[in-house]
Amino acid sequence: MKEFEPEIVAFCCHYCAYTAADMAGSMRLSYPPNVKIIRVPCSGKVDVIHLMRAFQLGADGVYVAGCLDGDCHFKNGNVKAVRRVAHVKKLLNEVGIEADRVEMFTMSAGMGDRFSRVAEEFTEKIRQIGPNPVKRTETDTTLPETASASK
Amino acid sequence: MKTESVLEKILNAGHLAVTSECGPPRGSVPEKVREKAEMLRGYVDAINVTDNQTAMVRMSSLAACILIRQMGLDPILQMVTRDRNRLAMQSDILGAYAHGIDTMLCLSGDHPHFGDHPMAANVYDLDSIQLIQTVRDMRDNGTFQGGDKILNPPQMFIGAAANPFADPFELRVARLAKKAKAGVDFLQTQCIYNLEKFEKWMEGVCDRGLDEQVSILAGITPMKSAGMARYMKSKVPGMDVPDDLVKRMAGVAKDKQAEEGINIAIEAIERLKAVKGVRGFHIMAIEWEQRVPEIVERAGLYPRPQV
Amino acid sequence: MITAVRKPMEEIIECISPFKRILLIGCNECVTVCAAGGRKEVAVLSSALQIAFMKKGKTLEVKEITLERQCDPEYVEALVPDIDRADAVLSMACGCGVQEAARRFKSKPVFPAVNTQFMGASERPGVWAERCQGCGDCVLGLTGGICPVARCSKRILNGPCGGSTGGKCEISPDVDCAWQLIWDRLKELGLEAQYEDILCAKDWRTSRDGGPRRIIREDLE
Repeated sequence: MKEFEPEIVAFCCHYCAYTAADMAGSMRLSYPPNVKIIRVPCSGKVDVIHLMRAFQLGADGVYVAGCLDGDCHFKNGNVKAVRRVAHVKKLLNEVGIEADRVEMFTMSAGMGDRFSRVAEEFTEKIRQIGPNPVKRTETDTTLPETASASK
Repeated sequence: MKTESVLEKILNAGHLAVTSECGPPRGSVPEKVREKAEMLRGYVDAINVTDNQTAMVRMSSLAACILIRQMGLDPILQMVTRDRNRLAMQSDILGAYAHGIDTMLCLSGDHPHFGDHPMAANVYDLDSIQLIQTVRDMRDNGTFQGGDKILNPPQMFIGAAANPFADPFELRVARLAKKAKAGVDFLQTQCIYNLEKFEKWMEGVCDRGLDEQVSILAGITPMKSAGMARYMKSKVPGMDVPDDLVKRMAGVAKDKQAEEGINIAIEAIERLKAVKGVRGFHIMAIEWEQRVPEIVERAGLYPRPQV
Repeated sequence: MITAVRKPMEEIIECISPFKRILLIGCNECVTVCAAGGRKEVAVLSSALQIAFMKKGKTLEVKEITLERQCDPEYVEALVPDIDRADAVLSMACGCGVQEAARRFKSKPVFPAVNTQFMGASERPGVWAERCQGCGDCVLGLTGGICPVARCSKRILNGPCGGSTGGKCEISPDVDCAWQLIWDRLKELGLEAQYEDILCAKDWRTSRDGGPRRIIREDLE
């Protein structure tokens, strides 16, 4: 029986979290390969739908990493991200997925060790919670379409 | 004289009127109505019967008024616009008059939010001022609100409530003026603890000559305890309880607080007798009706004049 | 705008549970403004429902379409190419839109995904409050631009009642006393004297009480 290896998606803001990830690299601090980083210009760019889709497509855990409170390069993008993560927690609860699978973390660009630690601890937490109950074995083929009637 | 109402006769004769209150039971228990009313016999001129007070279902005011009328006493039909539309209200007024009930109070009513049926649809087809107009037109024009003629139009002596302590204070005289314009004959005020504020309001009322148009009965509720004083101060909207009153109640031993509350009520009555425009007292001793006779006696308002 | 709030997820899942393919339709007008049923909310609900179904070992095929408006028949027509493929329609529009969809597609069950609430305005981002009850006989010119029918808990036309406390309604410190607001506005306009004009009993026939209403403009028919 293959041991469960969580698939983690981390949305990292360019100015702080992504730079911290780089810093972790140059400090030779390892973090679990389970964490797939998606760089965004600001944590505030991450929308509820991005987080929901990640789970729908099988991610076991998802987090958003942004700047420290008060330090957001775009003023308050990180504040918005916090609220959206809280909203997603509620949604996950409503559809029977553990709310702990999604989190928000903040850090500064120089905190390579924090980045590494967060990645480590979150991966471990998700390992304990177990695989996403809606993990699909086949690749997802259904993508949503939108149609506008304005034409 | 506009009506045959005993209350109107008393006021017309220049006496200080005394009214009190009877809350109907939360069930079909006519005995409870009769017991309370009997306690007041001879000590008051008329007895208010509340209408689903605090939006809790109780025996209807009309039914309880009929029971009281059958005892040979004079009830005041309280009617809130919260629960009935204009058809039902006019219909009940016809029914009341058919039973010899000739005095009523027009109110909006506490919001269902406070009661035992917060899920109910509110009616509020009319507000209290529009109800006053309606009852006045039924009496003086002999027509329904819709315009048709009434057979034997009810001759109701029309009352309303006044709250000098609700916000905004600057509007409270104007509000009385509006009710007077609508046709109200008498007013019962919310219970008074802040005598200064009340006197100030009465000044404003008299300045506009409204005391000549409307008979004002000052509301009096005796405190049972310091706890009650504190509760009314902080938890009841539109109530003004001065700090020294709470202190006075609290400064007395617990088993003596009820007595002190009665004393305070009597002192208030004595002081208010001297206020221009005060034409009587409305004593609300909720679940304490047995103390009303004592208050009336000690305040020098007994025996009641015969008219 | 007309405001709405998404129904509890449980309720939505319950009503579409018998179906395998749904058409999930949003509306670009009111429910977009109050973030209840626009394009974004459609995407999020679609994702959530698919997750919920997968969790139960079922699949749900969702076709997401957001119309310009759902309360106009010509916009609802745009659903025709996709309607046959769906077992049911789940609409995030207000009650008006849901009914239009149901009217057009008589053979498909149509379900509301939101609870339509009130006609209101935005107080600040994320907060909407009731402003209009559609009484059909607007008195805003007499009340300093504040509606007593919609904003007074007792729809008193000659207020305030005795429960007004500190400018707030007796039912909650979060609800403004409409009559305090009206009085303050009349003062600002120098119209204090107007306060004592009595607003007579309202004719509720122009409101819903007269029966379901309809407007006919012959010049536009």
